[in-house]
Amino acid sequence: MSIEKFQKLVSTVVPLPIENVDTDQIIPARFLKAVERKGFGDNLFRDWRYKKDGTPNPDFVLNNPRFSGQILVGGKNFGSGSSREHAAWAIYDAGFRVVVSSFFADIFKSNVLNCGLLPVQVSDEFLTGIFETVEADPSAQFEVDLTSQTITNIKAGASVKFDINSYKKECLLNGYDDIDFLISLNEEIVAFEKA
Amino acid sequence: MEPKTLFDKIWDAHVVKQVKDGPDVLYIDRHFIHEVTSPVAFLGLKNRGMKVFRPQNTIATPDHNVPTLQQHLPIKEELSRVQVEALKQNCAANNIQMYGLDHKYHGIVHIIGPELGVTQPGMTIVCGDSHTSTHGAFGSIAFGIGTSEVEMVFASQCILQPKPKKMRISVDGVLGKDVTAKDIALYVIAQISASGGTGYFVEFAGSAIRSLSMEGRMTLCNMSIECGARGGMIAPDETTFAYVKGREFAPKGEEWDQKLVLWKLLKSDDDAAFDAEFHFDAANIEPMITYGTNPGMGIGVSGSIPTGKDLTGSDLITFKKSLEYMGLNPGDKIKGKKVDYVFIGSCTNGRIEDFRLFAEFVKGKQKAESVTAWIVPGSKLVEQQIREEGIVEILEAAGFALRQPGCSACLAMNEDKIPEGKYAVSTSNRNFEGRQGPGARTMLASPLMVAAAAVTGVVSDPRDF
Repeated sequence: MSIEKFQKLVSTVVPLPIENVDTDQIIPARFLKAVERKGFGDNLFRDWRYKKDGTPNPDFVLNNPRFSGQILVGGKNFGSGSSREHAAWAIYDAGFRVVVSSFFADIFKSNVLNCGLLPVQVSDEFLTGIFETVEADPSAQFEVDLTSQTITNIKAGASVKFDINSYKKECLLNGYDDIDFLISLNEEIVAFEKA
Repeated sequence: MEPKTLFDKIWDAHVVKQVKDGPDVLYIDRHFIHEVTSPVAFLGLKNRGMKVFRPQNTIATPDHNVPTLQQHLPIKEELSRVQVEALKQNCAANNIQMYGLDHKYHGIVHIIGPELGVTQPGMTIVCGDSHTSTHGAFGSIAFGIGTSEVEMVFASQCILQPKPKKMRISVDGVLGKDVTAKDIALYVIAQISASGGTGYFVEFAGSAIRSLSMEGRMTLCNMSIECGARGGMIAPDETTFAYVKGREFAPKGEEWDQKLVLWKLLKSDDDAAFDAEFHFDAANIEPMITYGTNPGMGIGVSGSIPTGKDLTGSDLITFKKSLEYMGLNPGDKIKGKKVDYVFIGSCTNGRIEDFRLFAEFVKGKQKAESVTAWIVPGSKLVEQQIREEGIVEILEAAGFALRQPGCSACLAMNEDKIPEGKYAVSTSNRNFEGRQGPGARTMLASPLMVAAAAVTGVVSDPRDF
């Protein structure tokens, strides 16, 4: 199994200017009951996205026809709480390839990387700039380039670098998977156990 | 030799290999699994034509989905039943010990590991559950992982992990009356915020921490994830050794003596450097309760809900949204707010000491008629001890009934859900929107605060009784 390669993406963004979006909001626990990895995208932000009667909540950004794209932009401390990788899967399955915030929770950040989503951490200021740009013009394009580790707010003419460790960068650029790597270390692991 | 922290000592001893400019390959001593985050990992392994590499170091229990009444009957909800059944089949196919609903050791994964002596000082422990941080109470490195990482551990007994930064949180002094480990946790999180520990692994230190029982230490380390930290840990001491000794899977005889020598070395060197340090005075902590929708939104029970007048921008939007969800007003006193449900249990407060505290408080009192109470032991062994100590009789006389072990109302994955709009004072760990059921309003607190709310029907201060 490998992950999808990621090199560069130019897309509009979906803004979610709320802080501390926890993984129970990204996907509530009652939707974690599958034994296969499929169908999680439908339940992304379930309780914000749908009304109690199951109809779409027109006030929520994913139901707003003004906004679309493969880049999800959230407020600071995105992905706190439970370790459920289902949260990352739900975002990925809903068509996103990049998540932007000014601060990510630790486990969530590893989970998104492991499923082929790119987390892009930017300054509070740059994040505010994205929200302002997209609020004024939902068709504004953004470029995320993994090779140069930059995200560009094309309309505002602003570009910043983001961090990613070089191992994970290689994995994403080439679609490598951690598990294949670990399996290749079998001899070293067995030697470690004996030592 | 360079001085090292407790965390460094254990981490460094488990590094199989360092990846250049990348994460460490970390060897994992114990892997706990449950039914929710394991099936996709088992499937991935199967698709690679592999079996679990070290099944003897893997321990399984179904806990999130299980009902807490009539556990001898088939699980009613189909999807829950399928997940629990999948765990059973996957464990059988991979030769993994599973403590199922019919086993005398069944319970919440973070309760049974320690009580069976599987959790020991100096270990690396992971589980596809963020509250794995609980096991750090024994002086081990324990943290939650995602399902891809569960598959890594299945395949290799290792994970790839960048080394986190180190934080020390010291709490010194004597805890006030009716102030428990849960109150320390909620106080610290309120002080440093729900994201203040992100990027760090925390060591808890100081005289107030040393004075805690193992149950209390587990509650505190359990909640360390709620400040964003990857995990929390406490250096092992005589309290730790006394707890571990004699448990089912604890070392015995000569092996015990050898381990003890090593375990006594597990502490941060005097001049070891931390990337961040916090100091708190135990005397400033009172019984705590949360009013909002993240665990950092907590106040002392005598306090008032913040007004939010100093907040601006997205902070203000988030604060308002939170109070609106909770149906609470800025500036109001928290004491006296109506309570519909109380819940004592979960991996945070589902241990024997928690039920002793609760029972001691409600003894001779009566549950308020308007309150629905769910009293849920964390494991079969805790349940057994509750019965042996005569706690059931005290509970029943006060109008409470004991349920069967499981995660219960902590996360609304099983039948125990708090109805929409209802207020629950809960010993669990998260007050996120919908965490205890769609629309449920959670107020996190200690077992004593839960007991006080249970008998009065409103948020109450246990010190008033």
